[in-house]
Order: sequence, then C-alpha cells, then structure tokens
Amino acid sequence: MTDLIDATGGVALKAPTMLRKPVRAVSPYRLRRALGRIGLYLSVIFLVSPAILFFFWMFSLALKTELANTAYPPVFIPNPPSLVNFIKVFAENDFLGYTINSVIVSFSATGLALLLGVPAGYGIAKTKATQAAVLILIARVTPGLSYLIPLFLIFQWLGMLGGYAPQIITHLVLTVPIVVWVMIGTFEALPVELEEAALVDGCTIWQAFRHVAVPLAKPGVVVGMILSFIFSWNNFIFGVVLAGRTTRTLPVAVYNMLTFEQISWGPLAAAALVVTAPVLLLTLLMQKEIVAGLTAGGVKGG
Amino acid sequence: MEASLAPAAGTLGGSRSRRNYARRYWMFAVPAAVVVAAVILFPWIFTLVMSVFDWKVSGNIYFVGIKNFVHLFEDSRFQWAVIRTLYFTALAVIFPMILGIWAAVCFASNFKGRGLARTLFILPMMATPVAIALVWTMMFHPQLGVLNYLLSVVGLPPASWVYQADTVIPTLVMVETWQWTPLVMLIVLGGIAGLPVDPYEAAIIDGASGWQMFRFITVPMVWPFIIVAAVMRMIDALKTFDTIFVITNGGPGTSSETINMLLYQTAFGYYDLGYASAQVLVFFAIIMVISVGLLRVRRMERWQ
Repeated sequence: MTDLIDATGGVALKAPTMLRKPVRAVSPYRLRRALGRIGLYLSVIFLVSPAILFFFWMFSLALKTELANTAYPPVFIPNPPSLVNFIKVFAENDFLGYTINSVIVSFSATGLALLLGVPAGYGIAKTKATQAAVLILIARVTPGLSYLIPLFLIFQWLGMLGGYAPQIITHLVLTVPIVVWVMIGTFEALPVELEEAALVDGCTIWQAFRHVAVPLAKPGVVVGMILSFIFSWNNFIFGVVLAGRTTRTLPVAVYNMLTFEQISWGPLAAAALVVTAPVLLLTLLMQKEIVAGLTAGGVKGG
Repeated sequence: MEASLAPAAGTLGGSRSRRNYARRYWMFAVPAAVVVAAVILFPWIFTLVMSVFDWKVSGNIYFVGIKNFVHLFEDSRFQWAVIRTLYFTALAVIFPMILGIWAAVCFASNFKGRGLARTLFILPMMATPVAIALVWTMMFHPQLGVLNYLLSVVGLPPASWVYQADTVIPTLVMVETWQWTPLVMLIVLGGIAGLPVDPYEAAIIDGASGWQMFRFITVPMVWPFIIVAAVMRMIDALKTFDTIFVITNGGPGTSSETINMLLYQTAFGYYDLGYASAQVLVFFAIIMVISVGLLRVRRMERWQ
C-alpha cells in the first residue's frame, strides 16, 4: 500500500520502475490465481465428500430392501427406493412412543433452560459478574458421566428412576450452561440506551427486561434455544442410565435395536435416520444461527 | 460516557439508582444459580464425598479414606485406560486440527456454492452421535461393509477396522475426525473472518505465495483461535463416549477401553460408585492439567 502511494505521489525517477513491476507480474500472477482456484475447489471437494458419502450411504441403506443391503458387491443406489424399512421400524417397535419421549424430554429441558438461562444471562451481563462464566466453563469441561453417578444415586433414593423427571433434570446440565453462555454474549452486545430510557420513564427493571431487553435479544434466544434443543435431543448417556423401558428417548431406543437385531441393516439405518432427521433438518434450515452460536462459544454438548 | 449523558444536576441521583439496580440485577440469576447448584455443584461435592467411601449401590457403605485412590494407582486396567485415552486424544486432536484449519482457510475464500458446502460440512458434527455410530458400525462390517468393498475396488486388502486390537483406536480416531473437524473449522473460521485485509494486499503486492501468506500472516494472527480450538477439541476427545460405546463398547477385549468407558463399566456395570468417583476425580484432574498446559503454550507464544 505504501509503495503505491510512493509511486503516485513520489519521486519521478522512481515511478517507471513501479509501473513496470505489475506488468511483468501479470501473467504468472494470473496463472497462480487460476491454479489457486482449482486447488481451492479440489480441497473443498476432498473435505466435504466424507460427509456427503456418509449421509448418502445412510440414506441408501435405509431405502433398500434387505436383499439389496446384503448383496455383494454392494448396491449403491436403491432401485426402486422402498419405504418398507421405515414402516417396519414404526410397526415392530414403539418408535412413535420413543419419539414422543424424546420430544417431551428435549422440549422440557430446553424450555426450562430458557426460563432460567435468559434472565440469568441478563443478570450476569448487567452485573458484569464474569466469574459466573467460570462455572459454565467447568460444566463444559466435566465429563457427563461424573454428574450421572451422584444424580443416579439420588434419583434411586427418591424412587424416581425410570420417569421423565430425572432425564429432564439431568439434561439441564447440558442446556442451562449453553443458554446462559449465549445470552451473556447477546445481552452484553445490546445498546443500553433503550433500557435506560424505559427505566427513566418509570419501568421496573423486570419490565425493562421483559419488554425491552428480551425482544431485542430475540436472535440470541433463538440461537440458545436451537443449540440447547440439539444437545438435549442428541444426548444418549443420560437416557441409557436414567430412562425406563417406556420413557426411553430415541438415541437409547436405536442403540437397543443394534444389540437386539444385528443383522437387519435396513431398519437399523432407517431408525438412525429417524433419530437424526430433526437435527439435520434444523441444521439445514437454521445454519446461520447455529454457526453463530457455535463459533461464539466453541461449544458442544455432553 | 455515563456522566456526559446525564445532566449535571441528575448525576448523583442517577448513580445512586444505578447502584441499586446493580444489586437487584442479581435477582435475575438466582433461579438459574439454584438449579446449577443442584445439578452441577452438588454432584461435584457428592462425588468428592463418595470417592473416600467403599460405596456399592446395594449393600453397606464404609469409609475407606484414600484407599480408592491407592487402588487406582495399582490398577493396571485403569493405567491402560489412561494410556489408551491419551493415545486416542493425541490422534483425535492432531487430525481434526490439520483438516479443520485447512477447511477454515478454504471456507474463508469466496467461491460458488460456499454456503451449501459449509452446511454439508458441519452436518457430521450436528447429527446424533448414536445414529452415526450405528451407520459406521455397518460400514466396518468385515464381509458386507462398504468400506472393505471400496478398498477392494482400489486394489487394497480388506482392513480389520474395529475388529482387531491394533486397528481399533486409529479407526475410532477416523470416526472422531470425521465428526469433529467441523468444530475446529468453525472456531478458526471465526478468527479468519475477523482479520484485516491490508496485510494480505501488501503481501500480494510483494509477491508472497499462498503458503507464505498462510504461514506468516494467517497462522500468527489467528493463533489464539487455533489454541482455543485445540483446547476444545482436546477436552471433547478426552470425553468421547457415545461413538466408542456404540461401535466397540471398549472392545475387542479391552483394546479400546478409554477412561470414560471404564468409568461407565465401574459405575453402571459393577455398581462400584466409590471407586468410580475416584476415577472421575483423577479423570477431571487429567483434563484440567492438559487444558491448562495447552493454554500456557498460548501465553508462551505471546511472550516470544
């Protein structure tokens, strides 16, 4: 940049050399640019193809009949695609029930996390109590199993094992920290003038929070909600230990299918697809929000 | 700024009420604090207590002092689990870091279909781990698995994947890399997106190559993000549970039994909660020591 300024406004003697330079550099530069472009596309294809091939194979297994699934060499494109595996999954197992369980647990854990976490994020952002964030980091570092051992014991003493409540309460370990984390960042970034105006006009701080800050923070609330739902939906380990036969969530149900019917791949793949479909759809539809939330915290459930 | 906004006469009253607000804003955090204390802090304290007891789910509870910890240091199964965990973690940090930084550089430049490619790229990270672990299990099948077929197409002998002790951990690392490279990419991409363009313009004018720009501009400037990504990746790799549990459950034998797998066995296979609590504490100490160590690397780089 400084060279360019020199060339335009500098000594006359210097100018010609500065002009000649780009002329000589043009063709290798263009060639390099073109090669760079090709390299970029090849890199992207190389990096993205494992994901594409994997999900392609998942769909392929789920849409093929048992005969095509055990054929060698493998059949790649289901011809014709059949939904028989999906029908089988819902007919032979109580998959509808497990789906309802998953919805109950994930929605409750997310709803409670928003009720608790949005005000908490506001309070922490307002009082600038960054020490509170340390607790969230500890929650991030601790393995999920270590919460599970004491909580399991307590739920057993209380005779609650097998119900929904232990699962929902334990899922709060995942959902509350992520919501608080996202909301601290969101509320800190909001302009304070509007809230101050509301307070000057005689609002209570609760009203200022409820009617000014929360509506402004809606994008952050959405991010927190999506991430906490996904973490809760994907969680497996809490359900394995705490769920009963009838309150199993989808990941636990699909894991049990593996242990009981190892050979039937079609229904297994179909079940796996049913479990993960809501999350994949959410990711495809809300990828901007999800990316924003994940880059902010670098977070992951479990 | 506050003083300049408020009229001179109102300054005193304003600051006083603001101080009152500050105290009352704490109220917003109280419900969450109660829940966090119940589900996060309390389990921690309870774990500390249980670790000094011989605590079986059924049967009596005896105070044993540090016996659980002594046992831990004599238990070769636990020591092997620690070694395996460190081996798995080292590989499961290195590969996603290399690929993730590469992907971040790619996704930082503009190209046609970038949005779609990025969405597809992050799908493995969002998908339900149990579901993807199931599909990987089917792909690893020795006779009918698609991976061995693909190897035969390119003329390679079939691999034993998760069915032999010496290949099981590298195979699980492959799954982990496939799944978690996107998180590294997102964190590093967040860093690259915030970089100024001037150094790159200057470097292009000076005739720097793409690699030189990456090595001498991108890497030093996004170094803090790279360290954060490495720490996150390392914590997650140490804690890996779902995929290993579903694909191998620690097998064959105990050849993929990481600390987390052994912990699950001790707690919910043998119901030996006291010993499991001691394992949790040592596990947490290992995680903290490595995280703090990595963060020190970050500070040292800054000093230089």
